Amino acid sequence: MSGRWHEIDRWLDERIALGALRQAALHKTVPVHRYSVFYYFGGMTLFFFFVQVVTGILLMLYYRPTPDGAFESVEFLMTTVPFGWLLRSIHSWSANLMIFFAFVHLASVFFMKAYRRPREITWITGCVALFLALAFGFSGYLLPWNQLSFFATRVGTDIAGVLPGIGPWILRFLRGGDRITGGTLSRFYGWHVAILPAMMTFFLGFHVLLVQTLGMSVPPAVEKEAAERRPMRFFPDFALRDLFGWTVALGVLAALAALFPWDLGTKADPFAPAPPGIRPEWYFMFMFQTLKLVPGGEIAGIEYEVVPILCFGVAALLLVLVPFLDRGLARSGRSPLFTVVGVAGVAYIVAMTAWGYQAWTPLYVVLGVAALIVLIAWITRRQDSGGEA
Amino acid sequence: MSTSGANTPGAHDPFRRRLLDWFLGSSALALLASIVYPIARFVSPPRVPEATTDQVEAGAINDPALVADGYKIIRFGSEPVIVVKLSDADVRAFSATCTHLACIVEFRKQKHDIYCNCHGGAYNLQGQNIAGPPPRPLTPFKVDLVAKGGGAKAIVVSRA
Repeated sequence: MSGRWHEIDRWLDERIALGALRQAALHKTVPVHRYSVFYYFGGMTLFFFFVQVVTGILLMLYYRPTPDGAFESVEFLMTTVPFGWLLRSIHSWSANLMIFFAFVHLASVFFMKAYRRPREITWITGCVALFLALAFGFSGYLLPWNQLSFFATRVGTDIAGVLPGIGPWILRFLRGGDRITGGTLSRFYGWHVAILPAMMTFFLGFHVLLVQTLGMSVPPAVEKEAAERRPMRFFPDFALRDLFGWTVALGVLAALAALFPWDLGTKADPFAPAPPGIRPEWYFMFMFQTLKLVPGGEIAGIEYEVVPILCFGVAALLLVLVPFLDRGLARSGRSPLFTVVGVAGVAYIVAMTAWGYQAWTPLYVVLGVAALIVLIAWITRRQDSGGEA
Repeated sequence: MSTSGANTPGAHDPFRRRLLDWFLGSSALALLASIVYPIARFVSPPRVPEATTDQVEAGAINDPALVADGYKIIRFGSEPVIVVKLSDADVRAFSATCTHLACIVEFRKQKHDIYCNCHGGAYNLQGQNIAGPPPRPLTPFKVDLVAKGGGAKAIVVSRA
């Protein structure tokens, strides 16, 4: 460090205890065992979130949230504004990848039992952040004001409306009135660019802070292995691997955005029939397919479709409460029942998604991800006998 | 007035302390309520009265769109209504809002039914739900074919 830098460093250290932070960062380690590869997926999700923040702010410069201007402003952005098509495409692709990696992160944390004491709050804030990400997806979907997003919003808000009791109020609250109008667009825009980002900043900040203070959890099954192997230093060893992953992710994102630019579709018309092949984003597909299968009818004034909707709500609540439900884990360090339920849940989601698309693609994606995880595990492995110290 | 302060300087009248705590607590709650209540009211959209529509003229019976597709969606005030033409003498109208999750339905000429593309709900040409998830039939509307001077008849849709 040259003399000038040294001086600046000392000046800062006197004021913000930089040295203490640096010491903490240098002493931070990451456990090494056969499942260490799963530690990268939270960071990967975070990377896509940062991409969303940057591209989202840029898109705001041209976007107009009115029924007369929304579709046209996105069209202008994509056809006339330099690199507008690329930014919008990156925003859409990154949103999907963010949610995808959030699911992978959730599944790996679930199966590695990382939610157990003392990480219950880390788990809850993570679940809330995932729900917020889904709300981001749902609210952002409407903003281009195209036919597909119009009907997705009509259905999505109507689902909230069928809930007994509070449903009609939620429906009007979401839509800003009884129907999907310019008022709905204003509201969704407000949620998408102000309320949800504020909530996400809080929950994600809390989540990441807890991950930093509590450190990485070691799965009960590999505690012995992790104790025998020397942990990896966070700086620079783990951070550089993270950075490598982010660089690859950026490349993949740019390639996807350029080769498969996101379609704009046709402008929403509230007086046109729903177009054939209408469907929600892939991450809502399993719920959409389930709703399709429920037969029509009502019992005591409650429609059958309320049942699956309530079931999904209860499932989401149970997911948040997993750390408190999994009592066996605290006693014996094992909870095979939760593993089985988790596998069944994943199988249900994959099967319903495949059925919804009438294609095997979701299964290939799962197999592809498994292969990718093995590949990443191999790339980021560390030979304990190697020269890296 | 209280004399309990005479024993030790810190031991105040517990009643006075509780009363003050109660005042402080209830003012804090009142303050909170006075902030939360207007916000809660603000975010629930007001009910705006709309002009009620009882009758709409849905164009001529030989409207090209109606002839080509066998149906069209019209604006009945703020709600969509589907007008299906089966023959020159048989024109029917129903609410176009699917009773399942509020998508807008269409008429399928080949299959001779009213169908919703969102979740695959189907209705017959009496508006009754016959397949898929819809829980109730479509609300029927009354159709009158009114002769207009010389030209084709006009379709007039009104609430049944």
